[in-house]
Amino acid sequence: MTQVTMTVNGKAASGTVEGRTLLSGFLREELGLTGTHVGCDTSQCGACVVHVDGAAVKACTMLAAEADGAEVTTIEGMANADGSLNVIQQAFQDHHGLQCGFCTPGMVMSAAALLKDNPKPSEQEVRDYLEGNICRCTGYHNIVKAILAASGQDVPAMAAE
Amino acid sequence: MYNFGFEKPGTVADAVAALGAEDAQALGGGQTLIPTLKQRLASPTTLVSLTGIAEMRGVCTGDDGALCVGGATTHATVAAEAGAYPALAATAAHIGDPAVRNRGTIGGSLANNDPSACYPAAALASGATIVTNTREIAADDYFQGMFTTALDEGEIITEVRFPVPEAAHYEKFVQPASRFALVGVFVAKYADGVRVAITGASNDGVFRWSEAEAALSSNFSADALDGLSLPSDDMISDLHGTAAYRAHLCGVMTKRAVAQAS
Repeated sequence: MTQVTMTVNGKAASGTVEGRTLLSGFLREELGLTGTHVGCDTSQCGACVVHVDGAAVKACTMLAAEADGAEVTTIEGMANADGSLNVIQQAFQDHHGLQCGFCTPGMVMSAAALLKDNPKPSEQEVRDYLEGNICRCTGYHNIVKAILAASGQDVPAMAAE
Repeated sequence: MYNFGFEKPGTVADAVAALGAEDAQALGGGQTLIPTLKQRLASPTTLVSLTGIAEMRGVCTGDDGALCVGGATTHATVAAEAGAYPALAATAAHIGDPAVRNRGTIGGSLANNDPSACYPAAALASGATIVTNTREIAADDYFQGMFTTALDEGEIITEVRFPVPEAAHYEKFVQPASRFALVGVFVAKYADGVRVAITGASNDGVFRWSEAEAALSSNFSADALDGLSLPSDDMISDLHGTAAYRAHLCGVMTKRAVAQAS
């Protein structure tokens, strides 16, 4: 067993974990942060994306012990200080960027990582960045629209619609 | 996953010591190893993370002009910082997806030597030197078949040195589900000749296409490859593509790589 301490959504969090405990499991089962979803558990789907030291990672493919000492942000840490939806979350609502909602935490975390590095991405750059996030409901168009809107850009009509 | 112990040493020496334990296994970014452990295809007693070793991270230019990449450097870092070797940076920028690139490391990829991975093609085409805690291994001696390398038990890739070519390009035909290379071709033109390395195609893992190298060394243009083809005998054949299809793709991807080399 290994003692781990990390900062999760700005608060200190610690626990005792097995070597094999995944970061996704630690967040969900030890800390009760079940917003980080586990879809495929094989690092394909991206529902479990969180930020570790500012970088988007798949929490199902990182050990909790590897995140010892790290700053972790999950979907629970994304809302504004007053509890209202942040600009990306609000854009997902405004543009119907979710249906069942299962992939949404990972989508929002990937979108936030993209916009941090590339504040005004093109439609193609958004689609490329979401390569590792799978949504089985929306056909992606409304997710892409939401992310473009969150970046302050006009939302185009998309050819494939 | 079966359970295991976990260690994260801060120096190469401490990592080597930790890997001396029976059935200890090095852990890079874990983007292949963790899924492998989940399938219970491996059962190490201890994982020794190499990502806490500061001296194994980062990109720099050596005295001889070669681009030096620390073994624990992530694909995202290579994509962002290997500007001195643009084709290598572009290769790193298209491995997996963004979240995978933030964890996966060059040392992990080369140590695993997946027959469809991108970095083995880059290293072999560049005539890179694989530097370990004990020795330097030429890429031509390093890759020894699918998932097989010259590394000894417990040996750690600390750095990879890439001679920077005059022109190069990596062209990948993506297998649409896994995003691994169905066939990927890395072409690199040096003053003393052209090197062509192909991943994804062969049952023996990454290999050099010497016939194409000879043709391109005398005439570096896609036309120089007209009429050349590879035998499909040892090519991978699976539901994503037959051996003949892969052999055909090798020619097409090589031409495209030459046409785009810069």
